[in-house]
Amino acid sequence: MSAQNTISSVAVPRGFSVNHSDGRLKLPGSLHTNRKLCQWLSFDVPSVVRVFTGKVELGQGILTALALIVAEELDLEPEAVKVEPATTSRGPDEAVTSGSLSIQDSGAALHHVCAEVRALAIESTALSLGLPAERLIVQNGTFVDSISKAVLGDYWTALAQENLDREYVGLASPKPAEFRRLLGSHSVARIDLPDKVFGHARFIHDLNFPSMRHARIIRPPTLSSELLSDPWAVSVDLPESVQLMVDGQFMAIVGLSEHIVETAAERLAKRLQWTEDLSLPDSGNLAYFLQNAPCETSISAQSAENDAGSTGPESWPEGGRRFKAAYLKPYLAHASIGLSCAIARWSDGRLDVWTHSQGIHNLRDDIVLALSQETDAPARDAIVIHHVEAAGCYGHNGADDVAFDAVLVARAFPGEVVRVRWSRADELTHSPFGSAQLARLEARVDDQGHITHWQHSVWANGYSSRPGRAKTPSLLAAAERSKSTSLPLPINPPLTAGGGADRNAVPGYRVPHFRVVNHRLTVMPLRTSAMRALGAFLNVMAIESFMDEIALALGEDRILFRRRHLQDPRALAVMDLLLNRSTFWNDENLPRGDGHGQGFGWARYKNTGAWCAAIARVEVTDHVRVLDIELAVDVGAVVDRDGVLNQIEGGAIQSMSWTIKEQVQFDSRGLRCSGWDNYPILRIHEIPRLSVHLIDRPDQSSLGAGEAAQGPVAAAIVNAVSEALGLRVRQLPLSPDNLLRAVHADPTMGGQGELE
Amino acid sequence: MIELQVNSEVCQVDCEDSTPLLVTLRETLGLSGPRFGCGQGECGACMVLIDGKPETSCNRPMGSLQGCRVETIEGLGNIESPHPVQRAFLVERAGQCGYCLSGVLTSVIGLLRANPSPSRAEIIAALDPHLCRCGAYIRMIRAVERAVGQSEN
Repeated sequence: MSAQNTISSVAVPRGFSVNHSDGRLKLPGSLHTNRKLCQWLSFDVPSVVRVFTGKVELGQGILTALALIVAEELDLEPEAVKVEPATTSRGPDEAVTSGSLSIQDSGAALHHVCAEVRALAIESTALSLGLPAERLIVQNGTFVDSISKAVLGDYWTALAQENLDREYVGLASPKPAEFRRLLGSHSVARIDLPDKVFGHARFIHDLNFPSMRHARIIRPPTLSSELLSDPWAVSVDLPESVQLMVDGQFMAIVGLSEHIVETAAERLAKRLQWTEDLSLPDSGNLAYFLQNAPCETSISAQSAENDAGSTGPESWPEGGRRFKAAYLKPYLAHASIGLSCAIARWSDGRLDVWTHSQGIHNLRDDIVLALSQETDAPARDAIVIHHVEAAGCYGHNGADDVAFDAVLVARAFPGEVVRVRWSRADELTHSPFGSAQLARLEARVDDQGHITHWQHSVWANGYSSRPGRAKTPSLLAAAERSKSTSLPLPINPPLTAGGGADRNAVPGYRVPHFRVVNHRLTVMPLRTSAMRALGAFLNVMAIESFMDEIALALGEDRILFRRRHLQDPRALAVMDLLLNRSTFWNDENLPRGDGHGQGFGWARYKNTGAWCAAIARVEVTDHVRVLDIELAVDVGAVVDRDGVLNQIEGGAIQSMSWTIKEQVQFDSRGLRCSGWDNYPILRIHEIPRLSVHLIDRPDQSSLGAGEAAQGPVAAAIVNAVSEALGLRVRQLPLSPDNLLRAVHADPTMGGQGELE
Repeated sequence: MIELQVNSEVCQVDCEDSTPLLVTLRETLGLSGPRFGCGQGECGACMVLIDGKPETSCNRPMGSLQGCRVETIEGLGNIESPHPVQRAFLVERAGQCGYCLSGVLTSVIGLLRANPSPSRAEIIAALDPHLCRCGAYIRMIRAVERAVGQSEN
């Protein structure tokens, strides 16, 4: 079967007449900034469609989802689609693979590029045969006469004569929902999974060049540590086969045997003395640190420009009831299972870098910036960044840093291939963290029980210091070299672009007067940057906890209370589906209170993305045991059904790990999270029963699924634990220590007494 | 010189007794299946079978392996002739980034050899040495249950 072949010669792409801020017609997703068809597709290999994307596989299954979109629009079997690894030398620049945007950015672009290429190929075939284009239908990549059933051509023949080095003009629309045969329903194999199941060489760690040199980096334990030892003096007994490289506080051991290099580097590291870092906050009182550190304060959002009510609580009207509470999350580690690794070769003015960076073009820009003082620096065009897969990163981890480490070592060994791999301790202590964050909520409820005023204040470091965006490089080694530059302070993207620490701080409820205040720290004792869901994880937990707290104080059912303040039909739909289908929520026989509890939480990710609702059932003794998690999600038009389920399940489990276990520990001697024993994450014996209900809306735009579940799951667990204990828990993680703090109503968190 | 069997080959390896088995497998023998995750035997990414028993290879010294039989994921099934567990993991799409998977599958295959129809609790116990940061644990259990014919689906 085939979709209709809509050909027209309109000059303006249908539905895309809005002018963008750059003065150009707004095109969907990354097509806007990558308009040439040849940037996306190639038909140069017979029977294969090669797809170029700037988005990279992080384990989220994006290659599979994009291949499905191409197969759908071109009416091919998914096996005929080959998605090429991203490189700066070919394909679109799609900035960073982050923010659950790949389906929206790359997927939307490919829908439209494929529709256009399909129309071009059919039109050209029909024209050469003197037939109306409407007579041709596409079957598995071939063009068949709908009347005679004769095969008249295919993409590869038709496009041999067509130059795809041309801009998208909007010849045809993507397939309407009713003509789709693959998206949302087709069960497709994950493209990347066989290599992983059979142990093939697929990861960057498996790349092996002849005579490749290995290096290990030895670096300051914290951002402010100063080296007290002379590295040359303490390394006189290094094995002959390795070399020491010292550039300021950036030190590397280099040699041909990875094992000898590693052993030597470990030995040297143990001998080096560093100053204590007195700039680190008290890890036991992060709420105090966050609220007292220097910061920049801004109003992220308010109910209306001229709304007199969207002022601070001090000028809210008298009467009604006031509520306030504060919620805290510690620093969290990305904690990839793999280690950051990169390979570089600096040869005759050309630099090649193999990396698992999430943003290869941005990394290149930052490398150019970091080398701008060097006379031998290659020109931007002479730097080629090749993406190679690694373990999941869950945000800005050490991938970019280790790439620059490799560049610096490769510079010292011209023409040689150099591979740098971090250690487990490096991965957990030198990758940027997700910032500690405090959310203080205040609300006024009128005598009829309606929330009239709402303020959500956030204190945290910014949530992005990704490469390629600041005036100084964000690559760690750039701050350690003798010609050092200071690391840029992380920023928060504007709320219109999803926000940072303030992501999802705008309530999803109908509140006439609201204000979001963002306090961005202007100091950075621990290095922070983007971690999955950014501020949404805590903000959603805080809002959904606060709604429970207010409902309880008003003596109202917590779901009905939310419903009264909700208008969004898609939010209500996920909530209804979840609660109606739940295996436990409506079971009157299950114990509630006295160590047993159930909780609910929902959010629309970024207030513009996917809708997700979650419920949890817990048992609390001296620790928290999560028994059940159930979720319902609406990501618009589903592309890869199992891919969405996998992202929601994984997001829920990772969020549960953050919520009940995780916390970066540190003191003035440095970070105390160097291994899995002191940064434990969720193990398989701790997982709950888990189920996901999916709403497919084929007529709506597709939305990313990777970060929809984290906030709602945290909220559901916290609300369940609070019910189980009969008191409010506001500090993450829900560790035995923090449960005890809640029992004693820690005043630094606005304990129980301060609720009203 | 340490002599051991790796998959179907007998190998003589010239290395120090303290060299970790994982280094020999990856650096000397060029195997990519066992992955380096932590170097302390805490994450399971480097799991292999030593004389049939799942053990981490990153912290296992070569000196203790004279005459032992080591099996890696490469020796347990391949794309032409997959182990039923590998097939089940593909069908269930039981993984995300997949960095942990060769270790996970090795432990499962070791378990099934000793106990062809494990209970859910036995599956969980066998997989507890393995960390999966993507949170694909539930699918892993489902895939093992599919492979042993216990799946309710």
